[in-house]
This record gives sequence, C-alpha cells and structure tokens, in this order.
Amino acid sequence: MGLCMSKNTPMYEDHIRLGAKIVEFAGYKLPIQYSSLIKEHLAVRNDVGVFDISHMGEILIEGECRKFVNYLICNDVTNLKIGKMKYSPMLNEEGGIVDDLLVYALNEKQFLLIVNGANIAKDLQWIIDHKKYRVHISDLSDSYAQIAIQGPHSKQHLLELLKEEDLPSKYYSFKENVEILNHKLLISKNGYTGEDGYELFGDGDSIKEVFNYLVDHGVSPCGLGCRDTLRIEAGMPLYGHEMSDEISPLDTSLEMFTKLDKLKFIGKDALKNKNKVRVGLKNLDGGIIREDMPIYDGFEKVGCTTSGTFLPYLNGSYAMAIIRRKVALPGTQLRVKIRDKCTTVEIVELPFYKREK
Amino acid sequence: MENELLFTKTHEWIKWLNEEKTEAYIGLSKYATENLGDIVYVNIDKENVEKGEQLGDIESVKAVSDLFSPFTGLVSQVNEKVLNNPGLINVQPEDFWICKIVDIKDSEELFTKEEYDKLEKE
Repeated sequence: MGLCMSKNTPMYEDHIRLGAKIVEFAGYKLPIQYSSLIKEHLAVRNDVGVFDISHMGEILIEGECRKFVNYLICNDVTNLKIGKMKYSPMLNEEGGIVDDLLVYALNEKQFLLIVNGANIAKDLQWIIDHKKYRVHISDLSDSYAQIAIQGPHSKQHLLELLKEEDLPSKYYSFKENVEILNHKLLISKNGYTGEDGYELFGDGDSIKEVFNYLVDHGVSPCGLGCRDTLRIEAGMPLYGHEMSDEISPLDTSLEMFTKLDKLKFIGKDALKNKNKVRVGLKNLDGGIIREDMPIYDGFEKVGCTTSGTFLPYLNGSYAMAIIRRKVALPGTQLRVKIRDKCTTVEIVELPFYKREK
Repeated sequence: MENELLFTKTHEWIKWLNEEKTEAYIGLSKYATENLGDIVYVNIDKENVEKGEQLGDIESVKAVSDLFSPFTGLVSQVNEKVLNNPGLINVQPEDFWICKIVDIKDSEELFTKEEYDKLEKE
C-alpha cells in the first residue's frame, strides 16, 4: 500500500506534444503552462483558450435527488429547473466547507454534482455517510473527461463545430447529447475565469478529439497556472484557499449561496458569523503577495491572505484575504508581511476584474 | 579578456567587465528563468554583499527565487531596463544583466557554460 500513481488524462500526450510543463494535481498529470502563463492568461481575457479539466469529479445522485441534494448543500435547489445548474458549498456539521460544487439538474431522477478533483474520495465518502431518502450514489469521475473553453471568442469557435441552437444560451444552463464531431457531449455555459465560456463533458476519446480540433483551429491551450491567476483576477474562491473544513461560507463571503431560510441542511445549525469577511487587497509597494501571509492593522493581526499572485491583465500584485470585518472597508490601508519585509496594501472591491457586458 | 559568461551552481551567470576581475555583471541563467516562468518583479536591496549572500529576490507569477551574490563586493548599479520590464529576462536571459558588482574581493566557484550544463543535469 502507499503506492500512489498519478493518472494521465486522455490529452496527456497532446499536452507533451504542445510543449507543456506537467505537474501533478489532484492525482492527475496536468499542464501547469505551455509557453507562458501570462500569454495564456491574456489569450483567455482577449481571445479564447482551452483547458483540460478532466481531474474534476462527477458524482451522480439518482432517485429522490432533489430532496437529498437540498439536504447536502447550503444553496437551494428546490426550484432548480431541469437543464440548469447551481453553485453551492457543501458543509460539515460544524458549518465548515467539505467542498464547493456545481449541481446539474439532468432530470427529475438524476442530479449530477461536479466536485473538485482533489476532493472526490472525501466528497463521495461524505455523501454516502449522509445518505438520506431513496437515492443511489455513483462516482462517474473516471468515465468523464472535461475541457473548458473560455474567452470572448469561445462561442464563435464552438460554432465551427455545432449549430447555434445546440449551444446553451443562458449562463449556468446546459444541453445534453449535443453532437460534436460525431460524438455526443454535455455542454454547459459557465467557467472559472471571469469570461464567457463553456465546459464540455464526455468520454475521453471524444473530448480529446474536440480539444485537438480547437487547438488546431487557433484556440490557445491553457494550463492550470493561468486557470489560477484568472480565477483570482475574477475574485473566485478556490477550495483549500478561500474555503476549507474550518472556514464557514459566512466567513468567506459566500452568503449569497447560503440559504439560511431553507428548512434543513447539514451544517445549518452551526452556522454563525465569526465577524470575518473575504476581501481583495491591492499591493501598493513592491513584491508579490502570496497565500498565507499575515495582515496587520498597526500592530494588530487582523487576518491572513488566502491566495495571492501577480495578475497579468491588471498588471500588478493582488491577493484575496479573510480579515476581521471591523477593518474591512474599501480604501483602508493595511500591512502584509512578505517574508521578512512589510508592504502596504489597500482593500479593494472584489472581483478585481469584471468583463464588460 | 575572457568575454564568455561564467556560471554559479545557484544559477546566476557572471560576465567580467575588466581585466583585473574586480567588476562584473550578474544575470540569471536560462535554466533558472525557464524553471521560474514569467518573471514579474526584480528586487535588489543590498549594497555590500558577501559571496553566497542573498542579493535580492526574483519573483515570477508562480514563485519567488533568491538571487545570490557570487562575489564579495559592492552593488554599484541595478539594470533599470530589467526593473521596469522584468519579462526581458525570460526573453533573453543571457543578454540582460540584473546588477553590476564592483570592488570584487572574493568569488564563489565559477563554471564555464559547458561545466554548468553538466551540473544542471545532475
């Protein structure tokens, strides 16, 4: 035991051929970047990029799925229409976050949960341990591959492959069995970059073919590196950074997805606001703020950064942080300790970047 | 005067600027820049340095790396072009020096390109 081999996604050889630098992430060998993280980031902001996100997990809930999922998560799917999706944290009994996920309402008897790749085993165990009502739970993660096409030109590239009426038109909606290159895929309109875009699910061979078609037709292959800088620029939280088993959705500014008026869900009774809030920080001095750096108001420690990097589109050093609510006013200046030096930061509104509609 | 670049085992390159070998430019090897990825910030905050001591930081989008001084000496100049546009180091790592050191009194072990290339593979 203890032998832990990371898996290849169906596009592994393609990544190598495209010159990717490979890292191990969530048990898979995935590209961190191809030529340049900054170029890939800007391709998504200004044009279009494609990501291999086959590490994401797919858990299918069948039977009394609406009732059960509503009990599992803190957002409300009571009225979620078939063909639509919803984002939600899934809480533990203490109100901390087990994972954050997307619910796809496939039909009245089947809801699909898309979970973080690194959390598949943990989520599955959690869901099975908290099984209620008449449901069947299955992990489909190994049979699905997934890519994300993101950027202002993502639609026009997909229209080379399918008809306009086959594309989901509304944000957070999806279509099943869409025919692309003679394969049947699920396409949803969403993403994790702050741009317009789509995510495609299917078996490995089909997804690989679509990935290569897109890359051969001018779509930039993009790695996990810019997936992270893009989501930070768009102010989106990531599990393990802005969320964890100890952080409640109220401490990380996810009130919008926490429906306290819902009758019952796991973690509800333990939820209380600890007077913390998630904010954006802009670095006013030199250096790059990273995660886990302490934040001070005078000599008092008021929080810690959760993600931080150089943001290519905004061309500067920014971070997200969880801090005490009493100091969390936009425009307030605080100090962040970067290794042995201190830098001045200013609290700014999230998201850092919002696309023009 | 030898005009070729010499390298340190901590992945800096150096170029002698005089016959007496008391002045030199320091840069970052191609190998180091490829490992760092896109460089976005260069900080040199020392004046008097001992060989092996940290001169400053080089930060890429993904990571931070220390820049070590191969020499005991005095930092006399930092390349403004590189400070203003750190990405130049990624494009032509061996053409853009980062800082100039003068009054060099002592040096770390330096390697020729051929020797250095063998080192990195180990």
